[in-house]
This record gives sequence, C-alpha cells and structure tokens, in this order.
Amino acid sequence: MPDRHPLVRLETLALIGVGGFAGANLRYFAMGIVPEDLAILLVNVVGCAVLGFLVYEAQYTGLVDRQSRLVFTTGFLSSLTTYSGFALGIAEAGSLAVALAIVAGNYGLGFVGVLLGRLVAGRLRGEPS
Amino acid sequence: MIVAALEIVSFDPEPAHVVGTGGAMGAICRHWVYRYAAVEDVPIPTLVVNVVGSFVFGVLVFAGATESTIQLLGIGACGAFTTFSSFSVETVQIWERGDRRLAALIAGGNLVLALAGIALAWVLVTQWPL
Repeated sequence: MPDRHPLVRLETLALIGVGGFAGANLRYFAMGIVPEDLAILLVNVVGCAVLGFLVYEAQYTGLVDRQSRLVFTTGFLSSLTTYSGFALGIAEAGSLAVALAIVAGNYGLGFVGVLLGRLVAGRLRGEPS
Repeated sequence: MIVAALEIVSFDPEPAHVVGTGGAMGAICRHWVYRYAAVEDVPIPTLVVNVVGSFVFGVLVFAGATESTIQLLGIGACGAFTTFSSFSVETVQIWERGDRRLAALIAGGNLVLALAGIALAWVLVTQWPL
C-alpha cells in the first residue's frame, strides 16, 4: 500500500504548513496596521470571499489544480481567517453593543463575502450568476 | 509545553516569524482533525477546531502567557487552527441545499460553544492558576 506510507503525505503537509505560515503572517501584519478587531474582521471577510470563489470555481470550472487549491484553502485562507481571535474579541469587548457589532460584522460580511466569491466564480464560467 | 515553547523562543526572533511558525503548526493540526473527524454532511471538524482553539487561546490569555508565547501558540497556532472561511462557506452551502435549521444551528453553535470554551478557560485558570 504505497499511499499508506506516511512519507507520501509529506508533500501535502509541507504545502499546508507553508500556506499556514503565510496566512498567519498576513493576519498578524493586518493586526499591526489597524485595530485588532477590525483587522480580524478584514481578514475574515477577505478570506471568506476568496474561499467562496475557490470552492465554487472547483464546482463550476475546476481550472485551479488540486495541489494549488490545497495550499490556498487548507493552508493559506483557513489560517488567514480565524475563529478564536474573533471569539476572544467578543469575550474581551468593552460593552454588549461592541460584542454584538463584532458578531454581526463577521457573520454578516463573511456570508456576503462567500456569495460575492460565488458570483465571481459564476462569471468566470460565463453565466450571469 | 508552555515552558518548553518559552525556551525555544527565548532567543528573541522576529514576531512575524514566530506567528508564522505557529500558523504552520496550527494549519497542519487542523488538517489532521479534518482527516480523522470528518462526518458526512455536517461540518463537525470545523466546530471542533473552532471550539478547541478558542479554549486554548483563552487559557493562554487568562493565564498571562508572555508576548512571544501568545504570538507562537495564540495568534499563530490557535489563530490558524481555527477558521472562519471554512465555517462561512460550509454554513452558506448548508443553507442553500435547504437545511436552513441546520445552518442556523451551526452558525449559533460555533459561536455559543466557542464562547463557552473561553468561559471554561477563564474558570479553569482562575480556579487553578498555573
């Protein structure tokens, strides 16, 4: 069973690790230039839009190959976006209004981001939506 | 483990490299969870990583871990281990296939359980300080 051998998966793990390094790095960079809650909102929304595009692009046209997809989705985008930082931001929010704004912002704009990504993937296929 | 991590980073590297290294660790661990905790049609792995990662991040913050430990294990590893993009895409997909109650349950469940994990972290750390 050659594909059972742990070394077969080494390339996959390396690609995910490289993507994870870059994603976490970019998130940290964003946290350095804008306030933390805003930085997390920003990376989450951008990450949702790009992942939405890649997932629906895979369904519609499938131009991006499997290895590239793995680096971008499981490695880069899922590490760029974060749930723990978002949840901790709610827990540490100064008031209920701020906490609710963080939830509404991330959830609302995150879902809109996914739909926008899908829209772009649909355009790539050559259909109106 | 925290002590060991502290010793590793005590040579004071660039914070961005520390966060990136943690990010690589978190991403590989998340991939491992997705391989072994996959459940058909219900995004359980995402719920697992988000709740566990939020709990661990909470422990680090409430226990007063040093800045470089927060960068490596908190912002880097826990931040990358948990994911918002997969959560959103999965929730939208479940909503669109018609399981609207499940989609709402997933959206609410991630939030409530992640916050419960952080609350548990706070209780544990204040009850048994390191």
